[in-house]
Amino acid sequence: MKKLLTVSLLGVAIAAGTAQARDYDHVRFGVDVPYEPMEYRTPEGELTGFDIELGNAMCEEIGVTCEWIEQEWDGIIPGLLSRKYDAIMSSMTINDERRETVLFSDAYITPPSAWFAPAELDLEEPTPEALDGMTIGVQRGTLQDNYVTDLYGDVAEISRYSTADDMVLDMEAQRLDIVFLDFPVGKSTLLDSEEREYKVVGETITEPKEYFGDGFGIAFRPRDEALAERFNEALATLKEDGTYDEIYQRYFED
Amino acid sequence: MEPLNQWLAAVLEGNVIFTPQTLGYYWGGLVTTSQLVFLSLLVGLVLAVPLAILRGSKHRWIKLPVYFYTYVFRGTPLLVQLYIIYYGVVFVEGIQDTMFWPILKEAFYPALIAFTLNTAAYTTEIFHGAIKATSRGEIEAARAYGMSQGLTMRRIILPSAFRRALPAYGNEVIFMLHASAIASVVTLMDITGAARFVYARYYAPFEAFIFAALIYLCLTFAILYLFRYLEKRLLAHLKPLSGN
Repeated sequence: MKKLLTVSLLGVAIAAGTAQARDYDHVRFGVDVPYEPMEYRTPEGELTGFDIELGNAMCEEIGVTCEWIEQEWDGIIPGLLSRKYDAIMSSMTINDERRETVLFSDAYITPPSAWFAPAELDLEEPTPEALDGMTIGVQRGTLQDNYVTDLYGDVAEISRYSTADDMVLDMEAQRLDIVFLDFPVGKSTLLDSEEREYKVVGETITEPKEYFGDGFGIAFRPRDEALAERFNEALATLKEDGTYDEIYQRYFED
Repeated sequence: MEPLNQWLAAVLEGNVIFTPQTLGYYWGGLVTTSQLVFLSLLVGLVLAVPLAILRGSKHRWIKLPVYFYTYVFRGTPLLVQLYIIYYGVVFVEGIQDTMFWPILKEAFYPALIAFTLNTAAYTTEIFHGAIKATSRGEIEAARAYGMSQGLTMRRIILPSAFRRALPAYGNEVIFMLHASAIASVVTLMDITGAARFVYARYYAPFEAFIFAALIYLCLTFAILYLFRYLEKRLLAHLKPLSGN
């Protein structure tokens, strides 16, 4: 009887040990590059951007070392779940659909999405009637893809790209009439482009919440609650001491 | 149509991933893949026959360019060829103002061009090998009957070469079907494109890609069956008489 008790106690102890989340001193981030100004490479090949700098600052605050692992967007959540990395910090919008699969930190930035088109396009408001028959570019698997597929999928042709870069290239090649993108990304790649003139069509878009969620967050595996909490605390500290503002200024104000 | 839709809705009740909408994407993907593969094989075949004959020419200036073409297209990955033809072509100065742009603008035609050039290169080599393997006796017999070179080619060499090439060509058709899976990198919604869409939207890699794999498998079996049938009919004279 006593032996049985010891064995079962041991079993409980092992079960408790594995159920407890790992204590990280090295965090690997999955990131989809390039996605200016959020994450991209400098001409020298160095990885940088708002997400990268903020992520590194948070890691420093917590006292862990960070590693960035590149991963194409459409496999980024499966990559997290299959432990290729421990967290995703790659301009990922927090929404309910994703919450079913991953655990999110607090939002660290809340940028809108927007329609971008060549300046010569005669279009005031992107309604389904106005976009009838046009070719819309989106990045595959993004919330913009879901939004455009559900609202405009019946009237317009939708071209889906693996990277934002391929999409911008096709926009410049005049294969696309209009694209739907995160505003900061569209601004840096299209509005600041030297090739052609582009404009934002209509208002920037943050509604409805079922598509656009609650801003960008860091995604963790659901069991890593403790780690998410450490990052939340670090974010709060960085916002308080001005580090966050300093990084934000560098990437979003001219 | 209506009873079918109702039946489908009943079957899919409660299934999150395979909704009528996603099945519609898979169906569209099946149509796109079939069109791409069928058209590229057809045009590739039409191109390959004269090229295979030229490839066997005695004259260097006829033989070498064809050899160079098949060498380049068989020596580089199809994915790279597709990238060059789809993304590379926009860097040609003033291409948007030419009459070719409406064709090159769509993703379908650059993909079709890449696939056609690729399969034509492989098919040329397959036919060239089959033509070269024609036994000398047959050609000499044709000459003895007074057939011209052209007539010998048409009546003797090509028919027997086609038969010899059939098993190898059947492989090429299946390879082409499988290679077409890269079409989604240029935004085409082929079967793989549909699977990638479902995967990215529902984070369901197994369901999305296994379903796509099953569709490819069905297509492959259909092609295999067709070539078995053709071989049985066209190569009947090579079968041993007894032993059935």
